[in-house]
Amino acid sequence: MTLDDAQHFVRDPDWTWYILGYFFFAGLTGGSYLLASMLRLFGKPEDEPAARIGYYVSFVALLPCPVLLTLDLGQPLRFWHMLVNTTPGNLGLNFKYWSPMSVGAWALTIFGAFATWSFVEAWTLDRERRFFPRLGKLVSFAGAPLGLFVAGYTGVLLSVSNQPVWSDTWTLGGLFLASGLSGSAALMGWLVRFRREASPSVGALALGERWFQILELALIVAFVVTLFPTGALERAFGPPWFALWAAALIGLFSGLLSGSTRASISPDGTVAVRAVHAASTLPTTLVLAGIIALRAAIIFSAQ
Amino acid sequence: MEITPGTAYGFFTDTSVCIGCKACEVACKSWNLLEGNPPAFGDGYDNTGRLDAQNWRAVQFHDNVPDNPAVTGQGKAWLMMSDVCKHCQHASCMEVCPTNAIIRTEFDSVFIQPDVCNGCRNCISACPYGVIEQDEHSRVAQKCTLCYDRLQGGMEPACAKACPTQSIQFGPLDELRERASRRLDTLHAQGVPQAQLYGHDDSVYGGLNAFFLLMDEPEKYRLPDAANAVLPSRHNKRGYLTTLATAALAVLGGLIALRRRRARDDDS
Ligand code: SF4
Repeated sequence: MTLDDAQHFVRDPDWTWYILGYFFFAGLTGGSYLLASMLRLFGKPEDEPAARIGYYVSFVALLPCPVLLTLDLGQPLRFWHMLVNTTPGNLGLNFKYWSPMSVGAWALTIFGAFATWSFVEAWTLDRERRFFPRLGKLVSFAGAPLGLFVAGYTGVLLSVSNQPVWSDTWTLGGLFLASGLSGSAALMGWLVRFRREASPSVGALALGERWFQILELALIVAFVVTLFPTGALERAFGPPWFALWAAALIGLFSGLLSGSTRASISPDGTVAVRAVHAASTLPTTLVLAGIIALRAAIIFSAQ
Repeated sequence: MEITPGTAYGFFTDTSVCIGCKACEVACKSWNLLEGNPPAFGDGYDNTGRLDAQNWRAVQFHDNVPDNPAVTGQGKAWLMMSDVCKHCQHASCMEVCPTNAIIRTEFDSVFIQPDVCNGCRNCISACPYGVIEQDEHSRVAQKCTLCYDRLQGGMEPACAKACPTQSIQFGPLDELRERASRRLDTLHAQGVPQAQLYGHDDSVYGGLNAFFLLMDEPEKYRLPDAANAVLPSRHNKRGYLTTLATAALAVLGGLIALRRRRARDDDS
């Protein structure tokens, strides 16, 4: 430690695999909800099948979130203490806007209701039944900002601490959000290939994915720049963590350069659709693995 | 000493008279029924290691003895400090705790309610002094309680009671602060200019209820200096703003992607 380095004498919270899993799925559930809502609200009617894929992804990625968070607690049966104050003489709800964990617990709970509603709606509409037709767009519109929050607040949660690396930067919220969105776009772009009627949305998803990856790259640069004066660079990027950063960058560039959701889909027939699907499985896997690696590098290097 | 609820109490730990006997550690363990960890043997005389779920007092030993001593140590050859939760006025642990398990008591101490804590460990990532740990038996966060149960019974904390050199002094904060500044003047008058107080005023976390007289710079004792004593919430605004800016750019990019795709469709 040099004289100007940030001083840290904090103990590690031992946030490990469950938290890594949660951060990954939070990025996907929130990210895909936003993308689905954008396709539904600002796209063409032909984008509705892809939007429903997004709502399916969002719901499936949501399911492990509370489970992982609960399992990580020392006293899992007290998970509800996040929302309810059980202090004798002070019973009521807990909400501390200055504690991202408190805000996040509420955001995940409320977002969960939106994601579940949109999932049930997509499921029902896919079976050609009616489902509160006036509410669909309204729910999508209100749920989208919550999805954005769920995908990004995990980074703020890490920064609002006194841990080295995490509290030496303010970029993590944006970084986790951008990477969650790029992973969601990659995954949805890949899944679209299993649903022919969703193919008109492939181009938009591919373009979106690249844009999110450019944002992610810019935020990684900002992360490095903010760590530099605090002396935490070596800790974040030194061995063995550089291997995880390498995996994160491979995922990023494989998406950025090749486009895991290539827009060159043939509109006429299953054979062309399958061929493109096969070609994009590897980049999609690399993008998703990169998202896990990015979070792992940040979570583990600081502890 | 009469102990009255509504008065702010704390510790003044004078490291210049600590002899490293660890009576405080033993008293703390026996009163609080902390079974302790196996001893940790490093390259010094300290085998406690650091504060954790089973060690709510831990005497730090810092060996500064020069290889070829030409002068006396001037109180710095060995630095010993009985470390403890600082019961910060602006407590980082309390700030982030999502369950409100961490409260300020009627004695102005910081207390973790063991039946409310759910073991999320957010406080551990926040405490700048590395005080809290999750206990492997109770599975909740644990640290010094300032002997909350003893105070309620009108007794001073066990560590202060056991300390044979008065290095740990317990009492009402105002009184302790006066005592500390008198002691500092005495040491300076005796030619020990390096003696300094830490946490006696509001420059560190709004003031520490457990404050110290140190014989060297705070960082030597694993205490952040005033410039580095910062609250976790300092990153709330910047963190959320970055997230918001990223969200705005992402939505904008998404809209452009939808439009460009549409333009391409129209071309073809
Ligand atoms: S020293 Fe740590 S545990 Fe004690 S009150 Fe301050 S922040 Fe909380």
